[in-house]
Amino acid sequence: MIRLLALRELRSLFSMPSTWFVLAVLQFIFAWFFLARLDAFLELQPQLSQVANAPGATASIAAPLFNVIALLLMMLVPMFTMRLIAEERRNQTLTLLLSSPLSSAQIVLGKFAGLMLFLMVLMATTPVMLYTLQLGTPLDNGLLWSNVLGLVLLGACYAALGLYISALTSQPIIAAIGALAVLLGLWLADIGSSAPDSPWHQLSPLNHFQNFNYGLLDSGDAAYFVLFSTVFLLLAMKRLNNNRVYG
Amino acid sequence: MPNATPDLTLTARKLMRRFGNQTVIHDVSLRLKRGEVLGLLGHNGAGKSTTMQMLTGCLLPDSGTIEICGIDLLRHPTRAKAHIGYLPETPPLYRELTVRDYLVFAARLRGMKSADVPVAMALALQRCGLTDKSKKLIGTLSKGYQQRVGIAQAIIHQPAVIILDEPTVGLDPTQIREIRTLIRELGNRHSVILSTHLLGEVESICDRVEIMQHGKLIYGDTSARMQQYGQVSGFTVSLRNPPALSALQGIIGVTRVEQLTANQFRVLHSTEQNPSAELLTLAAQHGWQLEQLTPLQARLEDVFVKITDEETMNTQNNVQAHPSTPPLAPGEVAGAGRTTEGEIK
Repeated sequence: MIRLLALRELRSLFSMPSTWFVLAVLQFIFAWFFLARLDAFLELQPQLSQVANAPGATASIAAPLFNVIALLLMMLVPMFTMRLIAEERRNQTLTLLLSSPLSSAQIVLGKFAGLMLFLMVLMATTPVMLYTLQLGTPLDNGLLWSNVLGLVLLGACYAALGLYISALTSQPIIAAIGALAVLLGLWLADIGSSAPDSPWHQLSPLNHFQNFNYGLLDSGDAAYFVLFSTVFLLLAMKRLNNNRVYG
Repeated sequence: MPNATPDLTLTARKLMRRFGNQTVIHDVSLRLKRGEVLGLLGHNGAGKSTTMQMLTGCLLPDSGTIEICGIDLLRHPTRAKAHIGYLPETPPLYRELTVRDYLVFAARLRGMKSADVPVAMALALQRCGLTDKSKKLIGTLSKGYQQRVGIAQAIIHQPAVIILDEPTVGLDPTQIREIRTLIRELGNRHSVILSTHLLGEVESICDRVEIMQHGKLIYGDTSARMQQYGQVSGFTVSLRNPPALSALQGIIGVTRVEQLTANQFRVLHSTEQNPSAELLTLAAQHGWQLEQLTPLQARLEDVFVKITDEETMNTQNNVQAHPSTPPLAPGEVAGAGRTTEGEIK
């Protein structure tokens, strides 16, 4: 059932021209940034070769690229999550799901899985792009894949939050603005608070991505991501149940 | 799948539902047998859609029980819902999917195995007259076809109970006739509940009628018997060369005569004595030149208005007993007053 809902979600996404447009523009931005970093790296390479233990290609090209993608995802994921439940409610298609033999958990997880698949498609070209570097230089696989893992976990956080906010309203635009406001708020609070032990740093998903970005797999960060996503998914299920109670 | 009581497909007992302080549904109980079409009739806002939402598990009742094919809907919602097909007021369509993809999704959603889907789909498409539209995007179809897709979605998994909320809204007359035939056909094998405010629909397709007003069921009977409710005996008669009104009134058995046009009269008579034979003889004798004689039939509209009016009167009489349900009258009068003023200005 979850797979069925996820595939329906993907099919709907890909049947909209705007999705393809956004995908194309994003690939362009990713590629452009990748090339810019590559250029900078090639220029710096003669000087780097004289430094002992200098950062390699992966650290100077892949890590910044993933950092930019993480930041872009924060703005983009709300655009994709906004439709998930709000639009079903507005078009009254939610009734079909509610009157079908499905639990709220299945509905929420189905939509979440669909969106995660989409985000993976969106991000899939990045490692491919980076692996082309292997033609000229060895790559640090560990750093690269810790970044990919971090990005997937971060995307899951954003998706879960957006899904929950989408479940609160029947206006997709409100859902997008709401999710964006929360994510931007968390990020600004994180970069704005100067004290290194400020609790705001701990609350921001992007801050927890930094360790993954350096190639450090910290179980604390992973636990934060899992917990963050689970809480918002549970809240979304609760909200859908309330739909039956309050009408 | 337990199917202990094959005959009784849906039982709802003492449903009650509140929105805030307002009780929208009071004490609604329904029973539905296999092969029965039940019409839920009522004014706008009488609580028909809310009742249907509760029967399909989209809305939880505050109290009461619902059983679908012997399975408690509130306790085992997923198992019970597999036996329901529901078409809400607005058909729940994904406009960006093709009819075929959408119906596959709907069938799989209701737990059909993917191997069974093609056969079920062909049948549903054919029944709803959608066979040549199956590859079109739903968003590009006209309102009537979208409504048909909505119906197809509700019947594709061959559910025991089919619940249709105003299925013929927005269709043109030919489509309405086709859909009614379809519903009648479905009613032979499944149980169908449909809500409507079109009385003709009830007349032509329903076996049984329940009338709702202010969230209560106020009348329930077979639709044939409902038509006899408050039956008047009489006929309209057209005479090309009519006599004086008193001549018609003089015929034995006639209780009242009204002149409708210069040549047309409405004759009411007592139930025991039908004066039509007498009238025919007199017409032949005096050269009244009879053109037409049609017996009056109680139209369902009249019956419906009569039943709901009686109920409103009862409510008004019981205002003190039930202060929570104020009668319509004051608000309506005030509203009417405003409109007239507006028009004068």
